[in-house]
Amino acid sequence: MRSAIDYPVESRPAPEPQESPTGQRRMTLNMGPQHPSTHGVLRIVIELEGETITRAEPDIGYLHTGIEKQCETKTWQQVTTLTDRVDYLSNLANNLVYALTVEKLLELEIPERAKYLRVMMSEFSRINSHLVWLGTHVLDIGAMSMFFYCFREREELLRVLEFFSGQRMMTSYIRVGGVALDAPRGWEKMVRKFVDVFPSRVDEYENLLEKNPIWLNRTKGVGYISVEDMLELGVTGPMLRGAGIAMDARRTEPYSGYEKFDFRVCTHTDNDVYARYRVRLEEMRESLKIIKQCLEGMPGGAFQADAPKVVLPEREKMKTQMEALIYHFKIVTEGFRVPKGEVYQAIESPRGEIAYYIVSDGTSKPYRLHMRTPSFGNLQGLSPMIEGALIADTIAALGSMDFVLGDTDR
Amino acid sequence: MDFMILSLIKLGLVLFIFMTALAYIQWIERKVIAHVQLRVGPKRVGPHGLLQPLADVIKLITKEGMVPSHVHPVFYYLAPFVAVFFALIPISFIPFGQANVKIPFTDITTNMELTDLNIGLLLILGLSGMGVYGIALAGWASNNKYSLIGGLRSSAQMISYELPMALALVSPLLMLNTVSLRELVNGQEGFYFNVIPRWTIFLMPAPQIFSFIIFMIAGFAETNRVPFDLPEAENELVAGFHVEYASMKFAAFFMAEYANMVTVCSVATLLFLGGWHPIVVPGIGNWIPALVHIGGGAICLYHGLVQPARKWDNITLPVFGVAFIGAGLLFAIPIVQELLAPVFWFTAKLLILLFVFIWVRATLPRFRYDQLMRFAWLFMFPLALVNLLITGLLVAATTN
Repeated sequence: MRSAIDYPVESRPAPEPQESPTGQRRMTLNMGPQHPSTHGVLRIVIELEGETITRAEPDIGYLHTGIEKQCETKTWQQVTTLTDRVDYLSNLANNLVYALTVEKLLELEIPERAKYLRVMMSEFSRINSHLVWLGTHVLDIGAMSMFFYCFREREELLRVLEFFSGQRMMTSYIRVGGVALDAPRGWEKMVRKFVDVFPSRVDEYENLLEKNPIWLNRTKGVGYISVEDMLELGVTGPMLRGAGIAMDARRTEPYSGYEKFDFRVCTHTDNDVYARYRVRLEEMRESLKIIKQCLEGMPGGAFQADAPKVVLPEREKMKTQMEALIYHFKIVTEGFRVPKGEVYQAIESPRGEIAYYIVSDGTSKPYRLHMRTPSFGNLQGLSPMIEGALIADTIAALGSMDFVLGDTDR
Repeated sequence: MDFMILSLIKLGLVLFIFMTALAYIQWIERKVIAHVQLRVGPKRVGPHGLLQPLADVIKLITKEGMVPSHVHPVFYYLAPFVAVFFALIPISFIPFGQANVKIPFTDITTNMELTDLNIGLLLILGLSGMGVYGIALAGWASNNKYSLIGGLRSSAQMISYELPMALALVSPLLMLNTVSLRELVNGQEGFYFNVIPRWTIFLMPAPQIFSFIIFMIAGFAETNRVPFDLPEAENELVAGFHVEYASMKFAAFFMAEYANMVTVCSVATLLFLGGWHPIVVPGIGNWIPALVHIGGGAICLYHGLVQPARKWDNITLPVFGVAFIGAGLLFAIPIVQELLAPVFWFTAKLLILLFVFIWVRATLPRFRYDQLMRFAWLFMFPLALVNLLITGLLVAATTN
């Protein structure tokens, strides 16, 4: 019988099942890379004793895109569009960290309006990512309708993003030196509409889940991992905040003017799937608070830095002024040059701490760009989380990590 | 001879209606869930997607019946047949209307059922217990780890929930003192104070509300529906026991699930909700079927003619509206009323219970395996036992 299931498999074979101490034979189950709940192409080799997991080993690399390496062949401004594709659910956070890192090397001064626009858009991106997470996480646990409710709001949100940048997902809105376009006419009305409606929708999600005993049973006390393990494995973001550590780059090392905004770093002490759900749900409300502050305090002025060597000139100037035309030509044909040096910049993405480490050799292309992505760190926590748990807990724990495999493998 | 011909005609009629209904329950489910989830559901095939079930059936029949090379051939083929066989049999002795009905314009009298068995309820319990073999065999014969886990979960789950289910059914038996489905329904005729129907859930001395709830919950588990759909939990086990099944073999499992749902709802209707007895006293009650149909027709007409929401609505909806009003007027004819009103009441209760099944599927998350077992053994089983004990005591105290 066994020989019949031996398909030619090219990838690394699963380890041979071992005898358990009680003498029962264990079963090795290959979860993924094609599986409805691994959110992409994650492969987990699970060793089972009955329904209990005795060993779990995540296997990544099925979505390797080579983006990190590809960045070395692109000019500095072309890299922006690649960063979108790394973490496709919170692309604006990736844009932002890239722009901030390069600006650090260039020592650019960013105008206030651009900072506010960046903060607002990255908070939109956070809500967007959390909505997708909530929908798919609850879907994994078995309630399908929630998915559609979350995507209803996401649709409205994507419409806002499209209004600002012309794109729904791969916005590339945050560029080196500012943002791509100024806020369009009537943006206040559009954002206010979203801000007014959204709180009631979050309450709706809470109503649907918070009093549901099945949901509480499935999430409370599931997916525990000790804080020491988390810190050692490099777990960040809502997972760490769900364990009671108020680590949030927006607060601990503010960037892009976050120090001016009033918001709460949401924490929870239970350190389980439920705590992570609570943290993310509250973060949606806090993000909305930040967006509201942006809406009320949006300063006027330029939306791009005054740096003709880096930022493309206005269309009007380019057609009338000789100098602007030269700058335009230089930037478009060979890209701007970034001074020699190395720099590291971390920000808080919806999934955790995302950081770019860039080495420049003074040319118009990065010499090396390394991404410290939160999904990779968070995924390390999988094995300690689910060993000894049941198969169903794997799904809940996987969902609570909120990883994007493009972000893990890049 | 007459009996043979009559039986064959009835069999053909019931089978046709039942099979069509099975397909359309799925259409209803897709529509209801779609509207819960802010979608519109199937609407491309025929008006409002009404031909979708037909298209699905054609697709499933004509699809290539792929058989993976690693399955156990005998049991792999046997499993879907076992599942669908035991799911369809109960329909042959579920009564859906009164006995000794005289068919108009002839002098033939017949019962509104296929066979009158005096042990109908016991047989249903036994057959629903056999249903687990289909799933367990499928899980084992597929030779797939996900299927195996699905099959194992299903066996454990169905055996565990059989117990509270059977205990919940014993209480109405105690009160009505019979196991024949027809006799059980006959025992629930009449009204208290001309208002409250004497259905088992209201019947003195021991209203069976708890056993009704236990039976329905166990029914969800028996039919592997959300929140007890662990055997086919798609987010954990991909598709559970039917991972390796395609085309008609898959359709058989699918049909079995829906047929089981209908059986569970029918038994709940017969045992707890008074079967085909109307919900209000006969004087007014006789007109309710007609009014419901005419009301439905009026709503269709209104939405079709005054407020057409989508393209073609101004044609399709009035057609349905006229058809509904026609059916309503049919119910106003005394002969038809006498013949079909019980069937109407039975179907209406059945559909309401089916709607609950669909509603729950759209709302609730899924249990975890150990929680499911704990729920069965530590909550449902003791509750059913206590309920049975109290019912027994009350019945004993009042019958002397």
